[in-house]
Parts: sequence; C-alpha cells; structure tokens
Amino acid sequence: MSEVIVVTSGKGGVGKSTTTANLGVGLAMRGQKVVLIDTDTGLRNLDLLLGLENRIMYDLVDVIEGRVEIKKALVRHKKFDNLQLLPTSQVKDKSAVNPADLMVLCDELRKEYDYVIIDCPAGIEQGFQTAIAGADTAIVVTMPEVSAVRDADKIIGELGRSEKDNIKLIINRIRPAMVESGEMMDMDDINDILAIKCIGQVPDDIKVVTSANRGEPVVGDNDSQAGRAYANIVGRLMGEDIPFMEFEKEGFFTKLKKAFGLKKNG
Amino acid sequence: MLDSLMHMFRSEKSGKVAKKRLQMVLIQDRANVSPEVMAQLRDDIIQVISKYMVIDKTDMEISLENVDDSVALVANIPVQNMKHHRR
Repeated sequence: MSEVIVVTSGKGGVGKSTTTANLGVGLAMRGQKVVLIDTDTGLRNLDLLLGLENRIMYDLVDVIEGRVEIKKALVRHKKFDNLQLLPTSQVKDKSAVNPADLMVLCDELRKEYDYVIIDCPAGIEQGFQTAIAGADTAIVVTMPEVSAVRDADKIIGELGRSEKDNIKLIINRIRPAMVESGEMMDMDDINDILAIKCIGQVPDDIKVVTSANRGEPVVGDNDSQAGRAYANIVGRLMGEDIPFMEFEKEGFFTKLKKAFGLKKNG
Repeated sequence: MLDSLMHMFRSEKSGKVAKKRLQMVLIQDRANVSPEVMAQLRDDIIQVISKYMVIDKTDMEISLENVDDSVALVANIPVQNMKHHRR
C-alpha cells in the first residue's frame, strides 16, 4: 500500500523542501521505505538539506531522458538505507520533464517504496502541474502570514481543478508568543479560512536552521519543538491519531513582566 | 502614558485583522471574478431586467459580499418605472 505525496505551497520560502526532508527522514526512522524526488529544476536544494550534496551522480532529467536507470540515479541516505533521493537537475531547463513522465516514474517507484514524496517547485506554472501529476495526496505547506495563506488557497484551488482532492495542510513557522498575544493567526484561524484538514503545526525553531546547516533534518531531535512536531506529522501520515502539541510558552522574562503587571495579558 | 492610552484604544490585534482581510480577499480569489467578468455580468443583468422594468443604470450596484460563512451576490438596482406587459 504505497502512497505518492506531493509537498507544495504556492509561495516560496515557506519550508517545502524542509518539510519534504523531515517527512522523508521521519518516515525512514519509522522503518518505511521512502524515496524523495526533487522536482524544482534548476534550483536543487533537497540534497543539501539531507547532507547528500556530494554524492550526486545523475539526476531526474537523466532518468526521464533515459540516459541512466532509475536505480543508478537514486542517492542513498548516509544513515538510513531505506531512504533514497532522486535529485533534480541543477542546469537543464524546466520543460525537460512533463506530467506524463513523472506519472510513469511515480508508478514505477510505487512498486518498491512505501512512500514516494515529491518536492514541488514554488508557483503554479508547468513545474507545479508536473510535480502533482502522479500524486495520491497533496500536502500544502503554509505559514501564518497573509501572503502565504492566500497562495495556499490558490494552490488548493488548482489541486481541485486537477482532481487532486486528498489535500492536507501543514502550518509552518508558527511563533507561539505572537499567537498568544494575538499578533499572529493560529491553526484554528487558518483552518477557518482554508477549510483543509490540518496534519501539523510546526513552531519556528532555530534548530530547523542549525540542523539544515549540518544537513541533518531536525525530525530526530526530541529536544526541539519543531523536531517533535515533524515526528507527530509522520505518525499522522501513517494513520496514527496524535493530538496536537501545546507549544512551550514564552520565556522567563516575559512571564516575570506579566507577573509584575508590566505586560498586558494576550 | 499617552502611549499606553493609545494602545488601549487601538482597535484590534493584527492576527484578527489578518484573518478578516484574508476571508474577504479569498472570496474574490475563489470566485475568480475579474473586473471584466463583473462588468459583463452587470451588462447581462441590465439586459434581462430591462425587459420588465426601466432601471437607473448609473446608480445600480452589484457586488459579491461575505454574508456569515457564505458568499452572496448583492444587487441594488433602482427601478424608475415598470414596463407594460402585453398579454
């Protein structure tokens, strides 16, 4: 029972590749056979987030154009044998891969892997149509910010037009202190607006950056709130019923100020 | 002092403002109603209604509005006179 999932967002910079990398590693940690496909042609990044940038020999375009067998192009993760990456091309042009090509590829990979996860390029152009073509499920990543939510809505509309009706939402880079003071939309607000089933809310966490710096997705790190949030999303993808976590509240000094009445309660 | 007074009177938290603004703008986005389409709709409505009554075309207003959780097409069309119907 394998599943092809496309991770998409519309707006750039909301954490599509970070989400893809974390879900991939998280699922692999749980013993699933996973292949990640980077389809952001010309803007290769998933390799870097996974720490695999020095191991790439071939790419998606090489496979599509038949220059190399799929097995030879897959890059195995250093730590998890059951996680593979098919990197995108850094040089070739965007029209090199079309929706039909990717559909064939997904169906091929589906035979061997539990999860095929596709990292979609930003925007709603051809690259988006290609990335979603073979997917059973779409994960829309957004941020609690007006432009990101509007673009997510646009993407949800486009997915519907392409008859991709199994859509799940991840809200990334939430700042709990801002939510608490009423200066940022929370999960319920965004649920009201988009009306899509939310499978995760990930707090803004410096560990996401430091782990990306090292090429080790944060999902394994239980000291990190974002790491635990990603682990929860992985569980929900696997069909587990996991309640949404409460974010750790604000820092000590803010609490102190509140206690002395220097700060209004949010 | 003045600052904190100003703060007390400041209307709404930005999170709520964001939500409201998004709910409004997404209605238009979702309906995909461009000004051209609205103008076309307006012309069509005028044509149909003019068969039955004389209307003030310059003062008529039509718009898509957010009513509770749904979208409504709201039209305000001043009627100047009724036309005679032939039996």
